[in-house]
Amino acid sequence: MTKFTQRNGLSRRTMLKGAASTAIAAGATTLGAPMVWAQNIKDVTLRQFGTGVSNLNDVANKVQEDLGFTLEMTALDTDSVTQRAATQPNSFDIADIEYFICKKVWAAGNLQAMDTTKIDNYDKIAGTFRSGLLTPESTIAQGTAPHTVGFTSGPNGTDFVGEESGWMTLIPTIYNADTLGIRPDLIGRPITNWSELLNPEFKGKASILDISSIGIMDMAMVVESMGEYTYPDKGNMTKEEIDLTIGIFTEAKKNGQFRAFWKSFDESVNLMASGEVVIQSMWSPAITAVKSQGIPCVYQPLEEGYRSWGGGLGISAALSGIELDAAYEYINWYLSGWVGGYLMRQGYYSAVPETSKAFMSADEWGFWYEGKAAEGDILSPTGDTLAGAGEVRDGGSFLDRMGSVVCWNSVMDENQYMVRKWNEFIAA
Amino acid sequence: MKKLRANPALSSLLMVSPLAAVLLIFLVLPIVLIVTVSFWRATEFSIIPAFELDNYAFLFGSPVTYTVFFNTFKYALITWACTLLIGFTVAYYLAFHIRTLTWQIALFLLCTIPFWTSNIIRMISWIPFLGRNGIANSTLMSWGVIDEPIEWLLFSDFAVILAFVHLYTLFMVVPIFNTMMRIDKSLIEAARDAGANGAQILWNVIIPLTKPGIMIGTIFVVTLVMGDFITVRFMSGSQSANVGRLISNDIALLQYPSASATAIILLLTVLMTIAILLRFVDIRKEL
Repeated sequence: MTKFTQRNGLSRRTMLKGAASTAIAAGATTLGAPMVWAQNIKDVTLRQFGTGVSNLNDVANKVQEDLGFTLEMTALDTDSVTQRAATQPNSFDIADIEYFICKKVWAAGNLQAMDTTKIDNYDKIAGTFRSGLLTPESTIAQGTAPHTVGFTSGPNGTDFVGEESGWMTLIPTIYNADTLGIRPDLIGRPITNWSELLNPEFKGKASILDISSIGIMDMAMVVESMGEYTYPDKGNMTKEEIDLTIGIFTEAKKNGQFRAFWKSFDESVNLMASGEVVIQSMWSPAITAVKSQGIPCVYQPLEEGYRSWGGGLGISAALSGIELDAAYEYINWYLSGWVGGYLMRQGYYSAVPETSKAFMSADEWGFWYEGKAAEGDILSPTGDTLAGAGEVRDGGSFLDRMGSVVCWNSVMDENQYMVRKWNEFIAA
Repeated sequence: MKKLRANPALSSLLMVSPLAAVLLIFLVLPIVLIVTVSFWRATEFSIIPAFELDNYAFLFGSPVTYTVFFNTFKYALITWACTLLIGFTVAYYLAFHIRTLTWQIALFLLCTIPFWTSNIIRMISWIPFLGRNGIANSTLMSWGVIDEPIEWLLFSDFAVILAFVHLYTLFMVVPIFNTMMRIDKSLIEAARDAGANGAQILWNVIIPLTKPGIMIGTIFVVTLVMGDFITVRFMSGSQSANVGRLISNDIALLQYPSASATAIILLLTVLMTIAILLRFVDIRKEL
């Protein structure tokens, strides 16, 4: 109880320092006494939506337990998430979205900037999301890197700024390095390059995801790996480069290279688990899901490096008063470690690794983060065995994996054109 | 009241007005809106009122559009032929071979049982059946009919059309059965008395009299198939496209004006198709 009242006082003060819109919001809460507020928060319901990766019922249950208010989750596919964030601002309170989606929808003004002074663990957020540098020596990968769209100029900003301005567009929560998933038992030889996706050997047994901003980056990785073309900047292609990239894949499609395209997480799991597909674009927990059915599946590290993505929580512009306080409360809780630990055990990385460590066993931390061999069985959050003693994570440690990232999921200047070409590729 | 009775024009006007209002609000207005938006301009996150022909220019300028429209007609035509054949046979059997009304009703209800589950579930349940390691392939291989799994069973045009036929045959059975039940049995007896054989009765008596039913079923099936997108997406593994998918992709990518333009062209195409169909049978007269 005291914890609540203290935080309430603090947040109110900092809010009043903020701009007009947030001051009005704070004004609404000053009407109630702290005691009343602490009870009221139990009546708050926050509506969150996002992709299936992190919209988990376990999180909603834990929120109810730890914070006392209700969190309603809606899981949608990536395109529907973008659509909702851009067009239905009143249908959600919390948007759990990716950074490239943020680039698309931020200017629509449906999300509000977040005050980093109210984020308890702001200092512990990974460098990737702040300066853009994983380690001080890192180079920044191509594409929409999270820090480029992570900050805005002020509480009412609709722009993006390069430095840590104190106002974040999204509070980072999750990220990972993506690569191709393979069925080693059905391929029977080592796979080391992205170009294998279009290898005629896998004719009719390959798949790529049908989400333009992500798919185009996978395509670019393949095209470069084939030696067809080297992009000056994969994350910002010219029209000619888009034509070239999609042209190569359209030809492959017409030659029957692909078995199917997938749009949602579970489709990719089914394709792989049923053996319809042996090599495809995939997401980390999808690999986990296939493995937990007892089917061998490897998240294959490739010579050219990884395509990366990051996600975070945004707050609806319509949120104010007690709901806004609850939203900050929720985000602070989110970064405090329990969710981070949960996500890390699925193969993602938490944006605040330090706090997550406390919620993982030493063996789990060693396996998932440090790339060490497991000492005992490694279990998924739902209790399935993912790896036995002695096994090592595909791709190794956090620094090995995130250090080999060469591009981020992107929204390009020519996005409109790319989207139309993508649509043609799917229809061709 | 008296005045109302005295003026039949006014009273009939009042009687049609509720329906007219409903149609205006829920049919005409949305279409007007779609037409309007089809001339607008879109950016990533917003649509801007404008009057441009860009959306149409892009639509007609892209070779993919023609392929997709061709595909849509192809699906509609093949599905129509299959559903007609199966639907007519089922209806004929029910109407002329089952003697008692009770059994007719019972068997007819049996046909509707699949409709107790969702359309999507019925469609998706084909996927594990037809897959590379699915029931169909493993059964055929265990019988020794094939050595290698047949690839084109799933994620192909075959799978799409199979699902369409499965989903929509009932829409053909119902109207055909309905018109067949109303055929006067004495006409068939008369034909037989006049020396016609089975085939001649079918061709010269039953088919002409079931035409309205066939036409209603045709309109159902053709419009359903031409407007569908989800069956095509799932059964082709996202690899084939019809116009519905083009629209749904556009919407997913926030290209509402472009989606509207495509929707208008699809609407016009379907209307023209139905207009042509109606040239063959005057449903109003036949009913």
